[in-house]
Amino acid sequence: MHNTDFNLTLSEITKVEGAASLNLQIREGKVTKCQFAISEMKRFFTTAIRGKPIAGVPQLVARICGTCSNAHLLCSLKSIEHGLKIKISPQTLLLRKLLNYGLIIRDHGLHLYIFVLPDVFNRDSILAFDEKIPAQHRLLHDCFAVKETGNQLGIIAGGRSVHAPFLTLGGFIKLPEKNALLTLIPQLEEIRPRILHLIDVFLNCDFTLTQEVQFLALCDKEYSFLNGFIKTSGNIRFSDEEFSARIQRVDIPYSQATGYMFGNQLHMVGALARINLNKDSLHQRTRGDTIGALAKFPSHNIFHNNLAQAIEMLHAVDSSIDLIHKYSALPEKPEEITPCESTGIGIIEAPRGTLFHKMEMTAIGKINKGTIIVPTGQNQIGIEHAISDYVSLHINQPKDELAHEIEKIIRAYDPCMSCASHFLKIKWS
Amino acid sequence: MKKLRVGWFTFTCCEDSTIIFTELLNTHFQEWIDRIEFIYAKVLQGKNTWKDMDVAFVEGAISSAIQEEKLRKIRALAKKLVSIGACACVGMPSSQRNTFDSSAKTEINMLLLRFQQAEWVKTIAQVVAVDDFVQGCPMNELVFLQTLNKYLKEFNII
Repeated sequence: MHNTDFNLTLSEITKVEGAASLNLQIREGKVTKCQFAISEMKRFFTTAIRGKPIAGVPQLVARICGTCSNAHLLCSLKSIEHGLKIKISPQTLLLRKLLNYGLIIRDHGLHLYIFVLPDVFNRDSILAFDEKIPAQHRLLHDCFAVKETGNQLGIIAGGRSVHAPFLTLGGFIKLPEKNALLTLIPQLEEIRPRILHLIDVFLNCDFTLTQEVQFLALCDKEYSFLNGFIKTSGNIRFSDEEFSARIQRVDIPYSQATGYMFGNQLHMVGALARINLNKDSLHQRTRGDTIGALAKFPSHNIFHNNLAQAIEMLHAVDSSIDLIHKYSALPEKPEEITPCESTGIGIIEAPRGTLFHKMEMTAIGKINKGTIIVPTGQNQIGIEHAISDYVSLHINQPKDELAHEIEKIIRAYDPCMSCASHFLKIKWS
Repeated sequence: MKKLRVGWFTFTCCEDSTIIFTELLNTHFQEWIDRIEFIYAKVLQGKNTWKDMDVAFVEGAISSAIQEEKLRKIRALAKKLVSIGACACVGMPSSQRNTFDSSAKTEINMLLLRFQQAEWVKTIAQVVAVDDFVQGCPMNELVFLQTLNKYLKEFNII
């Protein structure tokens, strides 16, 4: 209807990580304002780390985010080690991968089971699932079994699943016990069918919203999340050093977080981007058991981010089983650290997408300047466009239904507001 | 069956204790589902209400007048209020900007003004009366469980 005028404000978007809001204005049947605002209060981490000793920085920046904390920890370690030319041992890399796979299982589990599944089953909460309905009963119990396994993997590999204390520059201050990790293998095997069922649920879910965006991800032949080269769906490849030059910062005055674009194009990072760009590198066992689901990719349906996350959980399980078998618990100390004036860059794939840390260090081992670009900052403008596109096509939908559909779209991106809002806005020369 | 009416609230922080809380559900869900009613828990449910509650668990530091007002509202509705995690209990690391030198404070001032952030970041106890503290970054799980069980007994749920 051409005369449709209304405003829609969502002041507290629920079942997402952190605080966000939306202001929508429709005039004469057209979207005239669509402001997706990250409303978490800034904590100025990049200012706070200036002058801090490098040894303490990875654990401090892990506090940027509770759920992604180990991703920030791993990325910070990588950036400082890169600057100081520290070569970590194969065992350290193996353990970092294990910790990260625990994070992938736990964090994607939180998103898919706790945040998204209630939308699929028209329930307000996973806690409202009806135990008397077999499908809901099964998923409720799958939720806690799967998440607990990821949580335990993080606890054993890193000392804790949030802000893991065992990790330090150059290695581990305490090595996980091989036997403790071995006891997890039956649990990992036990959750495989549960995750396969989750993959089926999202494969059969008909939520659809396509978006024309560039996908961007760090890719390697092992689908390790921690190493590789940056690749886009436009067939562009570039190095870690080029990342910040290719990503364009966009000031969003009403949001506590900075937005980013890939040049002048919208881009999307996260599980959908990774699977679109690198599905052939998933674990062989994962690929063998998810042929039907993988046939959906590459996909521009943003709701397939949920399906992609579920597939990644299976990859994390299969890869973890291999790594636990390979782990020999060799007694080794962290590499020696020799401070020098340098700049280090670390890029990894956090659960929600490409995470960038750049640290400039002084000769006496302190941080001179830090730059951090998080996945949700990169997806923020795309979220706004997706909402605007959806509303434009469904302008006559009742407001409460529209609000619910908008929340589903936001959740599909799995934004993390804690990560996105805690930096000083920067100007690049 | 009578249940403990609980609110879970988050202010300025990384939400690490919220994550620990959601992970505790993995092993305590069956036990808590019959004993706890979540009046407000944005991480878990879409429908959240501002009603009287037995216990409010509050995570994060207070960094704006709006947050301060919301916290006072929670205090007025809750019979007991528990401060959860380091930012709520001691302010840090969310209050790290309180320690910035004058040049760093000048640098961030424009953003504080733009988003109506307060000059100083406060702990929960600097704003309202707190009945219990669960320290840690993230919160200590065992202390949280002890505190929750204490209130389950105090409110005659178990």
